[in-house]
Amino acid sequence: MLDLGGGQAVAFKVESHNHPSAVEPFQGAATGVGGILRDVIAMGARPIALLDGLRFGEPGLAFERAVSGIGQYGNSVGVPTVGGEAVFDEAYRHNCLVNAMCVGLLPKGRLTRARATLTGGLLVLYGATTGRDGIGGASVLASQELGEEDADRRPTVQIGDPFTGKKLIEASLELVVRGLVESLQDCGAAGLASSLAEMARDGAGVDVDLDRVLLREEDMEAWEIMISESQERMVAVVRPDRLEDVLATARRWELTHAVIGEVTDTGELRAFHEGELVGEIPAVLLTDECPRYLVETRAKETRSAPVADSNLTSRRWIYERYDQLVGSRTVRRPGLDAAVLRIDGHRGLAVSLDGPPVGERDPFRAGALAVLDAARNVACAAGEPIGLTDCLNFGNPEKPEIAWELEQAIEGIAQAAEALGIPVVSGNVSLYNDTDGGSIPPTPLVGCVGLVEDVRRVPAGWRPGDTVSVVRGPSNSLLLAHDWLGQEAEVIGLVWRAAAGLSLVHDVSDGGLDLALREMAEWSGVEADIDVPDPDTVRFILAGDHVPDFAESVGRV
Amino acid sequence: MTENAPRVGVVTFPGSNDDRDALQALGRLGAEPAAVWHAAERLPDVAAIVLPGGFSYGDYLRCGAIARFSPAMRAVAEFAADGGPVLGICNGFQILCEAGLLPGALRPNASLAFVCRDVRLRVERTDTLFTALCEPGDTLTIPVKHGEGCWFADDELLEELEAKGQIVLRYEENPNGSVADVAGVVNGEGNVMGLMPHPEHAVDPLLGSTDGALILGGLMAAARERASVAV
Repeated sequence: MLDLGGGQAVAFKVESHNHPSAVEPFQGAATGVGGILRDVIAMGARPIALLDGLRFGEPGLAFERAVSGIGQYGNSVGVPTVGGEAVFDEAYRHNCLVNAMCVGLLPKGRLTRARATLTGGLLVLYGATTGRDGIGGASVLASQELGEEDADRRPTVQIGDPFTGKKLIEASLELVVRGLVESLQDCGAAGLASSLAEMARDGAGVDVDLDRVLLREEDMEAWEIMISESQERMVAVVRPDRLEDVLATARRWELTHAVIGEVTDTGELRAFHEGELVGEIPAVLLTDECPRYLVETRAKETRSAPVADSNLTSRRWIYERYDQLVGSRTVRRPGLDAAVLRIDGHRGLAVSLDGPPVGERDPFRAGALAVLDAARNVACAAGEPIGLTDCLNFGNPEKPEIAWELEQAIEGIAQAAEALGIPVVSGNVSLYNDTDGGSIPPTPLVGCVGLVEDVRRVPAGWRPGDTVSVVRGPSNSLLLAHDWLGQEAEVIGLVWRAAAGLSLVHDVSDGGLDLALREMAEWSGVEADIDVPDPDTVRFILAGDHVPDFAESVGRV
Repeated sequence: MTENAPRVGVVTFPGSNDDRDALQALGRLGAEPAAVWHAAERLPDVAAIVLPGGFSYGDYLRCGAIARFSPAMRAVAEFAADGGPVLGICNGFQILCEAGLLPGALRPNASLAFVCRDVRLRVERTDTLFTALCEPGDTLTIPVKHGEGCWFADDELLEELEAKGQIVLRYEENPNGSVADVAGVVNGEGNVMGLMPHPEHAVDPLLGSTDGALILGGLMAAARERASVAV
């Protein structure tokens, strides 16, 4: 979470839903969106934008189903989907990536903590009922390699219900705005077991009575209730004198609800079922003091992979399937670099979600370039990059080469973030992305949020007569030279400062200079006459009624 | 209620999404917007009603098929029968068709996919409450965003509606396969209109077109008229 000034703060996070999407792309992608929305709501923020990072083998049926699932959930709950990436690479054919990012706004100081420090506070579980769906989603699916018996695992994929999700969003925000709850926690991976353990921190404990959890199936065993990943559920810690107001809110939104336990001072997470203590563990063992193990790392040779032509086509058909407008904040719609959402007065946020260049296999560069690409996109929309979030998609880290990739990518992200001088405020990992023994390439996805001082000056499009200029960076062969990151960061700084005075700014990425120019022409609806020597070193293309002193003129619109 | 700031109610069903956008747009245009909860048996003191976009009650069945039974819709039907101006946007259009307050039905888009984009609309009639601010021959740019916006009427009904001048808006480039490119219709009495495009998303130049203000402005003028008669 970052302070935006003016009494506002922004919360943002990206999460993976790769394994469920590999087994069942529609529901996997839909529930991925639902999960990240609830994460942001648990922080007390109203979601204002969604972005999706998709990597598939090809733009075929599985990919289309994932796009439909994202649309079904995001469109139904009334949060605009404004960006992301779609990458096609054989390496993801049997293990697709579906990452979802959510950006939320909240008044500074409202932060709702996912912690239950209030002894005697009541735990209210509200939203959907609890069933056997999604049992083992985090362990059976997310933390094992996939193989030929995938079909048997379909029952472990959670099923989304965006209507209940929408009511849950509105009810939760009402609870937060009215100050009725001490803390909120989403029931995500590993269900109640995980969310209650997260809540029992700083010496607090939690007693939960599993008989009081409202079930949608009969004869569920205690362990099933504890780890069910039934969607659209949240847990609130409520002061006893506020309970009636909280329950009334849940009733008004027609959400099932029950008091399922209370906060204690024991530091223990204890579960009761049919009058008996059925489970007991010091909560810290599931969170801050969970067992850790060191993995062996071993460097390996990497070589870039070819870029499929399907990466060079228009993405319009994808983002036209998403509601980009609900919320009345979308100043700049998806299609080029970052979208821009108005936050207050004339200020806005530029948001982007990007991964490494297509075909990049070197983990350090994958991490660093994902950060730079996300920041460049924000800069093109006149946003000052202010913070990052990441989702680390990797293979099985018990393999020393994969552990090395993970270590290298994190180092790349850290160095690039340091060069830009901005923090990484949240993150998520998705490991064991292996199918039949093969691992996905190192794929860190990075979300960037940038502050736009005046949305009226966000570059909107080429105008006839504009002068086109380019900004160069270190050529690809020099990318590992001393302080290349510092030079790249400096260029990004020059660009976001200049962008507000220009008609259009665009960065050159996977498709090279030609594709970048084509995208600008399509976005603007006019053509330009341009001649660029040494195109491989061009990082940005600018246009406007002047040429900034750090750019070189190459033609006219 | 002052004459210049007509009170316009916006009904929120569980699953409504553009209710806040509609309230905000109406306020921006100078109305006094009032939120109406779906469980309300009676409408507050309002001079016009907007049924907003979204996925009322989840719309897992035919869109609007459940919302038409809500208590607020009984009150809206009474309000409409009394001549009150009612505008249904997107899901609101679907609800009005399901409720029998507007002719025709809305089916899944011909593409079978959701579509969100700006569309150009031809204004077929400028003598309705809702298009009175438009000029004959006007083309409006307003965004659509829907999965089930393919308006349908059989030949007989279409012929009747065309003859009576109830087809008010048509797409220049049809995004959903609707019959005769229909984008918006009015009832026989002319006080209830439904359209798939979202005028509440076209009132602020920073966010795109401002052509939606013509439609919402027409509704507000009708509300002022009704309020002054009531006084």
